[in-house]
Amino acid sequence: MIHLIVFLPLLGFLIAGLFGRQIGTKASEYITSGFLVIAAVLSWISFIGFWLGGSQATTYQVAEWMSVGTFVVDWSFRIDTLTAVMLVVVNTVSALVHIYSIGYMHHDPHRPRFFAYLSLFTFAMLMLVTSNNLIQMFFGWEGVGLASYLLIGFWFKKPSANAAAIKAFVVNRVGDFGFALGIFGVFVLFDSINFDVIFANAAGLAGTPAAADSPVLLSFLGYELQRDAAITVVALLLFMGAMGKSAQFLLHTWLPDAMEGPTPVSALIHAATMVTAGVFLVARMSPIFELSMTALTVVTFVGATTAFFAATVGLVQNDIKRVIAYSTCSQLGYMFAALGVGAYGAAIFHLFTHAFFKALLFLGAGSVIHAVSDEQDMRHMGGLRKHIPRTYWMMVIGTVALTGLGIPGTVLGTAGFFSKDAIIESLYVGQNAFAGYAFWLTVIAALFTSFYSWRLIFMTFHGKPRAPADVMSHVHESPNVMLVPLYILAVGALLAGLVFHTPFIGSHHEVGQLDPHYLEFWDAALFLGPTNTILEEFHNVPLLVKWSPAIMMALGFGIAWWFYIRSPGIAAETARQHPGLYQFLLNKWYFDELYDWALVRPAKWLGSFLWKQGDGRVIDGFGPDGVSARVLDVTRNVVRLQTGYLYHYAFVMLVGVAALITWMSFGGAQ
Amino acid sequence: MEPGTITFNLAVAIPELMLAVGAMVLLMIGAFTGEKSARSMHVIAVALIAAAAAVLVYTAPEGVVFSDAFVSDRFARLMKLLVLGGSTFAIAMSYGFARHASYGRFEYPILVVLATLGMMVMISADDLIALYLGLEMQALALYVAAAINRDSLRASEAGLKYFVLGALSSGMLLYGMSLIYGFTGHTNFAGIAEAMAAERQLGEIFGIVFMLAGIAFKVSAAPFHMWTPDVYEGAPTPVTAFFAAAPKVAAMAMMIRVTYGAFEHAAADWQQIIAFLAIASMLLGAFAAIGQTNIKRLMAYSSIGHMGFALVGLAAGTQTGVSGVIIYLIIYLIMTLGTFACILAMRREDGLVEDISELSGLSRTHPMMALMLTALMFSLAGIPPLAGFWAKYFVFLAAVQAELYVLAVIGVLASVVGAFYYLRIVKIMWFDEPESGFVPMASELRLVLGVSGVFTIFYVVVAGPVSSIATGAARTFF
Repeated sequence: MIHLIVFLPLLGFLIAGLFGRQIGTKASEYITSGFLVIAAVLSWISFIGFWLGGSQATTYQVAEWMSVGTFVVDWSFRIDTLTAVMLVVVNTVSALVHIYSIGYMHHDPHRPRFFAYLSLFTFAMLMLVTSNNLIQMFFGWEGVGLASYLLIGFWFKKPSANAAAIKAFVVNRVGDFGFALGIFGVFVLFDSINFDVIFANAAGLAGTPAAADSPVLLSFLGYELQRDAAITVVALLLFMGAMGKSAQFLLHTWLPDAMEGPTPVSALIHAATMVTAGVFLVARMSPIFELSMTALTVVTFVGATTAFFAATVGLVQNDIKRVIAYSTCSQLGYMFAALGVGAYGAAIFHLFTHAFFKALLFLGAGSVIHAVSDEQDMRHMGGLRKHIPRTYWMMVIGTVALTGLGIPGTVLGTAGFFSKDAIIESLYVGQNAFAGYAFWLTVIAALFTSFYSWRLIFMTFHGKPRAPADVMSHVHESPNVMLVPLYILAVGALLAGLVFHTPFIGSHHEVGQLDPHYLEFWDAALFLGPTNTILEEFHNVPLLVKWSPAIMMALGFGIAWWFYIRSPGIAAETARQHPGLYQFLLNKWYFDELYDWALVRPAKWLGSFLWKQGDGRVIDGFGPDGVSARVLDVTRNVVRLQTGYLYHYAFVMLVGVAALITWMSFGGAQ
Repeated sequence: MEPGTITFNLAVAIPELMLAVGAMVLLMIGAFTGEKSARSMHVIAVALIAAAAAVLVYTAPEGVVFSDAFVSDRFARLMKLLVLGGSTFAIAMSYGFARHASYGRFEYPILVVLATLGMMVMISADDLIALYLGLEMQALALYVAAAINRDSLRASEAGLKYFVLGALSSGMLLYGMSLIYGFTGHTNFAGIAEAMAAERQLGEIFGIVFMLAGIAFKVSAAPFHMWTPDVYEGAPTPVTAFFAAAPKVAAMAMMIRVTYGAFEHAAADWQQIIAFLAIASMLLGAFAAIGQTNIKRLMAYSSIGHMGFALVGLAAGTQTGVSGVIIYLIIYLIMTLGTFACILAMRREDGLVEDISELSGLSRTHPMMALMLTALMFSLAGIPPLAGFWAKYFVFLAAVQAELYVLAVIGVLASVVGAFYYLRIVKIMWFDEPESGFVPMASELRLVLGVSGVFTIFYVVVAGPVSSIATGAARTFF
């Protein structure tokens, strides 16, 4: 079964990619989508096995890859709960996006290529999440990076799309560099890159403080690191990879630009799956992260900062996809913040629910864009509610799921209500140094989230139409092939939290007595250190903490309503009164400008310097060009000797003889 | 036949005698029948030379005859065979031109036969007098051949320049000979060698220098090459084809015999002179050819360069070196004849063309000719696995074995520079836009080009036998 799940998308990619032209567009679409649907159904079956109990974590050996000394890498699958959750997320969203794309990409002439890339991406993502070692994971990691690059730049005739694709690739390189170093470090520390070995060794180290004179295990940047420091460094390097892939603060700049790709791509790769790979990585490597409080603190800090930062930027963006992109960035920050305080279950739960509602929002946004003739600027929308009611309601469901509508203390609520509240509560009881910082930032971010989400709804669907009349006359509801995936995702967005919250994050129990559902479900796929009691504690937070997200959500909704429905002029008025702040947010804290000034331009200058001066003038000049020019000079002079005059010729001969005679008389003769 | 008898003497020299008598008979026929016999004269001349070659191979004995003035050994026979082959093909290639009144004279094949006779005497000369006789006989015939197109100013100028400078070089040669004779008291090579075995005097060294300078003129080694481009360009193309092939082989053979026969004990001295000539020729051939647009002029510089490479083997002063030179000459002769077959085929309705740019797009108008010429150009540039590579390989190998590293390095660098102009021709043929095609190639030219091209491409197949023949011939001197 697992083989089918992983290799069907690969097969689809090969068929659509190699024979797309022969078998035609329709066949490519149906084959790839069909395979994905099968894979998705099988994933659910596998997941239900873990959910209802009965399935055990297993590994499947596929083939040997390489073996050098003690360094052994195999192609193998590791199927445990964490993988099963990811399989469901990846394959469900991917299958729905495939189907949705049949409608969305209807006018594009290169559909076989598009579907081939989508399937390739899915295959790479599956390799990533099913991997049983870090190298295969890195293979999948780079594979999704490649597919992301290809899909962002799918409309390669658009210069901005190419630029965005390159940017995504280059920024990810920074993170991947750290990831690769982290893998090396893991191998140095544990002498293996196999998860079983790593986890067993890491579990052995947990709870036993290192002796003061323990041997030096790792030398990094000139520092000789003992056990604990070495583990911290390795964990931080791995986290650096996660930051790149999951667009965390400082490495986030590529994600908004990645919206240049087709919208289904944004939904699949840049919202639901690939960007969560970083979260998955940290959760997967939880045995290592649990050993280092420092690393966990950094994770919390970065995550919370991202959640806050991206939410502030989302407040003022006008491009509908960019708002959702910053929202994604912000939600990923939430997940990392939860990982940092050891609430792995909560983070993965948020990953799971987020996939549904964020994919829903993106595909809904795609439906809107489809309706208004590829317009993405919300300032040119408005009043679309009556024209595309189904899309409107789907977007509203996505929004209430994202903002976390629900009644605290009960089990009534949308998906985001359970997962996001769990995160905020975990942060409140979290024990690391930045947990409090993270709590306050995420609570404020919840307010912003609510504001920008409702702002999006109000600007797009309410008020007076601001689009040109000819566009408005063409506005039409999307076909069913696009709407049905939205309905399915909407079901997930509404109910995923309600149905799955107990196994994912447990319920109220005494400290030291974890919820049996939780234990049974995760079955050690997520590791908790011996001092990590967050899962028991976060259910016992003060009532105000439990209510804080709900209050923030309501407040955000109110402000948005006031700004955009009741008195629409007030938003522009506020922006005018605080021009500095507004520009600061609108320009995304000037990160792009800063990077451009500090990194891109110096790099380009260095590149063009080496090219024109180094290569062109020095190497070419003294190398090929210079030599050939000198050869031509010599030729010119030699040819000039050939005057055609007899006496010159005779003179040259006599000079030759004279030279030889002179040489033999004084130099050569013995 | 007993050695020493007059019959034996004549038997050893019978190929030369055949050519001498045959040339006079041809002259008589031509004188009585006039210009209209020009074409049949070509056929008879080819038959005569072929017969001489057959006699040389099958019946003529080896030996030293005519008071030790004339020697026939394995080396001499191989070289003569090459010269006879070169002359045969040169006459054959000019067959098509006999129609053209401008230089289709019946004298031309006779001149080639006489020149060939002179070359054979040069190769077999074991005495200064015999050497000079052969040399002048060959040279006088060539002077006339260069100017055979009397109506052409260029051809006349070429003949005159060749004659005047040739006379100067003969003067140098004679001066050198007189010095050698004066200091050693011998004209015979063996005697000279014997006299030089003891300590050498400065006069003898001067003699060596002057003699080698005179011979260098004949192989057109720099700095005694100045006549070559002008004469190659000015002379009618069939004549140039002849100039570029056989006389070079004969002069190089003579140089080998003089250095290893007469001056064998002065090797340390002449090696320096030869090395100087080799370096100057290789560099000049490589650099000067780049600036040429006329393909005959280009081939002139090419032949100067190739003689430089051959001299590298001679400078090594070892048996491998001599055998390398012999291999080089064999390959050079065949490549040159093939290339000139192509040049002779560069003919439009209104006559021969000589500019390199005329070859543009040859690959589309005459694909087979382009393919063969490409192989020849690659081979001349010394690109493996073609014949020209092995020619260079053996002489450089000899130089390295003799620890003449500087010579070998300069040689390799010069061949890199030289590769440029050969490859440029290839580029013009394959990548430039075609011009109007040439008239179809004459069958005799096709034959020469085919033989040459196949030999060049598949040289590896016959490399073993050629090497063993060359080694056998080289052993004569060791």
